Amino acid sequence: MELPNLLTVIIFLPLVGSLLLLFAPSDRSVKWFALIVTLGAFVLSLPLWFGFDVVNAADLQFRGIEFPLISETLDVRYLIGIDGFSLLLVLLTTFLGPIIVLCSWNYITKSTKAYYILLLILQTGMTGVFCAFDILLFYIFFELTLIPMYFLIGIWGGERRIYAAIKFVIYTMAGSLLMLIAIIYLGYAAGNAVNDGIFTTNYFKLLEFDVPFGMQTWLFILFAFAFAIKVPIFPFHTWLPDAHVQAPTGGSVVLAGVLLKMGTYGLVRFCLPFFPSASASHTLLIGIFAVIGIVYGALVSRAQTDAKKLVAYSSVSHLGFVVLGIFALTLESLQGAMIQMINHGISTGALFLIVGMLYERRHTRLMSDYGGIAKSVPVLTFFMVLTVLASAGLPGLNGFVGEFLILVGAFSSDAPGMQTLTIIATTGVILAAVYLLWMVSRMFFGPLTHEANRTMPDLNFRELVILVPMALLMIILGLMPQPFLKVSEPSANRLLNVIEQKRAFAESDDPNLQRRFEMNDRRIPTGSPDPPSVLKP
Amino acid sequence: MEISGAFDSIWLDLTGGASILWLSLVGIIVLVWDIFRNNAPPIPWVSAIAVLIALAYELTKVIEPTSTAFFSLIQTGGVASFISVIILFSALGSILLCAPYLKGIGRSYGEIYALMLFATSGMILLGTANNMVTVFVGLETMSIALYILTGVVRSDEGALESALKYFLLGAFATGFFLYGIALIYGATETMYFSGLAAGYSVTDLRPLFWVGVALFLVGFMFKVGAVPFHMWTPDVYQGAPTPLTGFMATASKAAAFAALILVLYHGIGALELGGADWQLAIAIIALLTVVIGNILALTQDNVKRMLAYSSIAHAGYVLIALVAGTNEAYAGAVYYLLIYALMNIGAFGAISLLEWDGKEGRSQTLDSLSGIGFKRPLIGITMAIFMFSLTGFPPLGGFFGKLAVFAPAVNAGFTWLALVGIAASVFSGYYYLRVLYVFWMKPASEADPIVQSSSFPIPRSSSIVLVTCAILLLGIGLIPGVRDLTLSFFI
Repeated sequence: MELPNLLTVIIFLPLVGSLLLLFAPSDRSVKWFALIVTLGAFVLSLPLWFGFDVVNAADLQFRGIEFPLISETLDVRYLIGIDGFSLLLVLLTTFLGPIIVLCSWNYITKSTKAYYILLLILQTGMTGVFCAFDILLFYIFFELTLIPMYFLIGIWGGERRIYAAIKFVIYTMAGSLLMLIAIIYLGYAAGNAVNDGIFTTNYFKLLEFDVPFGMQTWLFILFAFAFAIKVPIFPFHTWLPDAHVQAPTGGSVVLAGVLLKMGTYGLVRFCLPFFPSASASHTLLIGIFAVIGIVYGALVSRAQTDAKKLVAYSSVSHLGFVVLGIFALTLESLQGAMIQMINHGISTGALFLIVGMLYERRHTRLMSDYGGIAKSVPVLTFFMVLTVLASAGLPGLNGFVGEFLILVGAFSSDAPGMQTLTIIATTGVILAAVYLLWMVSRMFFGPLTHEANRTMPDLNFRELVILVPMALLMIILGLMPQPFLKVSEPSANRLLNVIEQKRAFAESDDPNLQRRFEMNDRRIPTGSPDPPSVLKP
Repeated sequence: MEISGAFDSIWLDLTGGASILWLSLVGIIVLVWDIFRNNAPPIPWVSAIAVLIALAYELTKVIEPTSTAFFSLIQTGGVASFISVIILFSALGSILLCAPYLKGIGRSYGEIYALMLFATSGMILLGTANNMVTVFVGLETMSIALYILTGVVRSDEGALESALKYFLLGAFATGFFLYGIALIYGATETMYFSGLAAGYSVTDLRPLFWVGVALFLVGFMFKVGAVPFHMWTPDVYQGAPTPLTGFMATASKAAAFAALILVLYHGIGALELGGADWQLAIAIIALLTVVIGNILALTQDNVKRMLAYSSIAHAGYVLIALVAGTNEAYAGAVYYLLIYALMNIGAFGAISLLEWDGKEGRSQTLDSLSGIGFKRPLIGITMAIFMFSLTGFPPLGGFFGKLAVFAPAVNAGFTWLALVGIAASVFSGYYYLRVLYVFWMKPASEADPIVQSSSFPIPRSSSIVLVTCAILLLGIGLIPGVRDLTLSFFI
């Protein structure tokens, strides 16, 4: 389908909206305008879903106009498009946009205009990350999200917001700046090998380039470090509870829903295909960290007294599954990881929304301040129970699909130790049910322990508008995951093929092939076979 | 050369050195004017317009190929004009910020503008030099004006101390510099940058030459404030009136770096033998500068002093590019100087606005400024852009500047140095973002009550400077053009 500028419009509509917001006359008009802009971006992104060519999902679609960035002499371009990996994440981002605006509707009373301006800038950054097919452009969008998030946490957050904001920014920046060095290095190396000596950050050219093994390890570590902080993978997760708990509800939803996915997306998009041998040789290490994250996150969640903190730690646990799925390197596990990213965005996003709604009513997040509130807020309780069951992986709801695929895929992986890890990871599913149901039972059921909770109002129309679409998605994704899985399947297949062929190349004893791995060699010396066809863009 | 031949080229010489001549002329006029009518109101505006004219003139010459004038003593057009543009932009911004600042602190010194014009013309001479004698003349013209400017607030003891310190240390550094030039001349029998390589290849006094180069570099390192020759910077930057600090931190640094870049590009950098040694020497200086500058900045509670130390760190980033020593790296360094000037003129400008009632030091301790962002959104927002840019966040200019200096270093095999630079940038994030945290996030109740209660004015000329710097930083990096221009200078 030919709509060359559609993606550009979707990405930059919020940014343009944020500039217009500067001139908005009143707080009320600011909110409505932000809602219209985010809804507009969502409506515009629907043609992506309906016009997406699922059969050729592995190819770049909706490719936008291209032009050089930074310098004409470098191969750094504004190159955007979507494939099977990015489509759902773009849709998730635009879908959450209006929901975040709505959930901040009454909560944000201080400097409303600045809040929505930052929120819109943030959305531009997040959408751009999933559409960029130039790694430097990706990096620019990736970092662009940090600036608004710093202010969102720092200005509108809880008591320890400043500590949380600075920790979040410094932590993430440390990782991503190291990745920048790796990008520069890779850009020159690939430029020498496959691009006539011109520095390149074009995704497809980098994909063509077989990184020499010694270099792979280092570059892989730098890339994986940046993404591991973002995901976060244990032991780099310590910024997450602080940021989540201190952020305003809208900020938490963005963080859980989209920002963390930028890390896992980066692993799938860049780490695996660029550094297949290094990825394979680090499978066990990262798998161990992922499983520690799963179990540790779950145990720590169980120990929380603060509902928001509980949800925050549950993110560590859930994303451990995603990382395990990515590095198990089987079709099922990869597919499961992709769908689990979406699931986590929806169900954890919804958990944060509901906790935020309770906080707006009672101004406390301590679970002991609630208890038996199902009687006063039955509708809210219904959505909470649904979300918790989805998050815990009840069959028929969305969480089950992802976790099941990941576990099945990881168990069938032939990587050493993966089976043991999968068995341990399975306990995470049980633990998730334990801490989530425990939270629900303590907060919503049993006798009503606090008089103040008796008169708590139930969901209003605005809150229903927020939660109903989320709940519908949980059910749809749970009952009919096929259309969503189909979208990422060709991309996952191609990724696995690329990895396999690149590894076969690297392990080959043919001296002609080996020569290709010397840095400054022109690609394909005479006598060597053609590059594998899947590598061609 | 025959006399008639000299007259043939006189028109070319005059157009080539027009900015230097023009600024000196206006400087003399302003000085005399100030003698007859002390601090006549139009003086700042006349000076600003004079600089603006020179800026416009150099902008038209940026796309011309680089050539030489005055018997090849200076370079003109191309890279020389680009450097002049950086210097002139800084000068223009500083003059515009200076006028309301001086009014605010209740002083009236008309001679400041004359001195700034002289300093600017000296900087252009230094930054566009093609000969070591020109370098020296430009350096001295610039430095003497700056020594006086540092101590221009005569009743402030701190300023006088800084001026004296600057003068003594500066004179000492100049001595090194001059001695270095003499030794280089002794070895190569030339003062021209382009003749150094030829002279070096035939001379049998090579050790003498390298000693000369070392002393010569010491002089430069002093002027750009590289560690371990940085001791003067914090005191001088803190003592000087804030807009002038911005001027010194940007324009004089740009001029000195430009001269260094041109010397390396045309002369020393191309030398085959011993090339690795000077590279390693500069690499160590760059490493120390980046690390120590950032660590010292981290511990400051005083915004102005913090910016002064951080400017040391930024000199280190430029040095990283010079270590790489490729054409791409020189282009990156020149590009960085432009971005750096935009960021620091803006940052020092914003700080200078917060000293509206003559209380030096009001703006200087961070904590007195809590919540100023919401109270003064113009300062708050532009300061946010400058701080994020200084840290190196895309899509702001600072990121592309860092990319332009680190990428060539990686390409030239100095990945370790680039890694150090990157790690230092992470550090710098902490203290730059702390400014924003105080501006935007700290409750206003903790602030100095005077800051909170007063409604100090933001003069239009100052806000134009801040907004111009901010907008340029937002747009300059992504659009190819400026970067390509710098790359075209070094082929």
